[in-house]
Amino acid sequence: MKISTIIDLLHARVLCGEDKLDGVVNSACGCDMMSDVLAFVKEQAVLLTGLCNPQVVRTAVMMDMRCIVFVRGKLPPEDVITLAKEAGLVVLATDERMYTACGKLYINGLAGGEVGNE
Amino acid sequence: MSERVNFHFEIDGENFTSAGEASVRIKKHLRDMGFSPDTIRRVSVAMYEGEINMVIHANGGSADVDVYVDRIEITLADKGPGISNIELAMQEGYSTAPDNIRSLGFGAGMGLPNMKRYTDNMKIESEVGKGTTIYMTVNV
Repeated sequence: MKISTIIDLLHARVLCGEDKLDGVVNSACGCDMMSDVLAFVKEQAVLLTGLCNPQVVRTAVMMDMRCIVFVRGKLPPEDVITLAKEAGLVVLATDERMYTACGKLYINGLAGGEVGNE
Repeated sequence: MSERVNFHFEIDGENFTSAGEASVRIKKHLRDMGFSPDTIRRVSVAMYEGEINMVIHANGGSADVDVYVDRIEITLADKGPGISNIELAMQEGYSTAPDNIRSLGFGAGMGLPNMKRYTDNMKIESEVGKGTTIYMTVNV
């Protein structure tokens, strides 16, 4: 799924990475616990989260993710956006709740990922 | 590449915000050295979980990454409270992290299990009241 499609489906705002909206993600992970995200291994994934600290960006970087969506209308502080810019990530914000945001992406064809590194 | 390349980091235990910076730097170093994305991810995730653990539990510590042609060794050493029951600590979901850490996205009891999951070999040496040293190897 193209990141621009995610923006349309979630009525999301772009906080950084405007030049990468044609990028494609193959799976998604909705989570506020970063160690659970780290147990999940698909590349080119999008992370949906309500957590707004720098560890969200570092976790996304560790997992080679392309895009972070902050849900429930949360906006990360500027230092988090700066870190994401440096890492070349697209950062979006949506007013949708986690469950709804994940559901909209899922029914439009974006699968979840497998857990573990088998 | 020469026989061994060492990267050493001091992990600041006072600052949760900066936790993980060493792992991000290791990721860049390994990418520059031409390792595969899978190897880089395994090393950097294992080290990242270790960094977070040292900040949460041990007031920081040190991290050494030794890069060989056929393997990458990660050594994490701290002078924290030690782990009284390593078998229990290795169980997914078991955590002694305080509640405020969970609000920061960690403390789900997945740190040590993730370190084991992403490495080929992991050994924990710990003494209560003295500290913990974790040795991990990722084969290339």
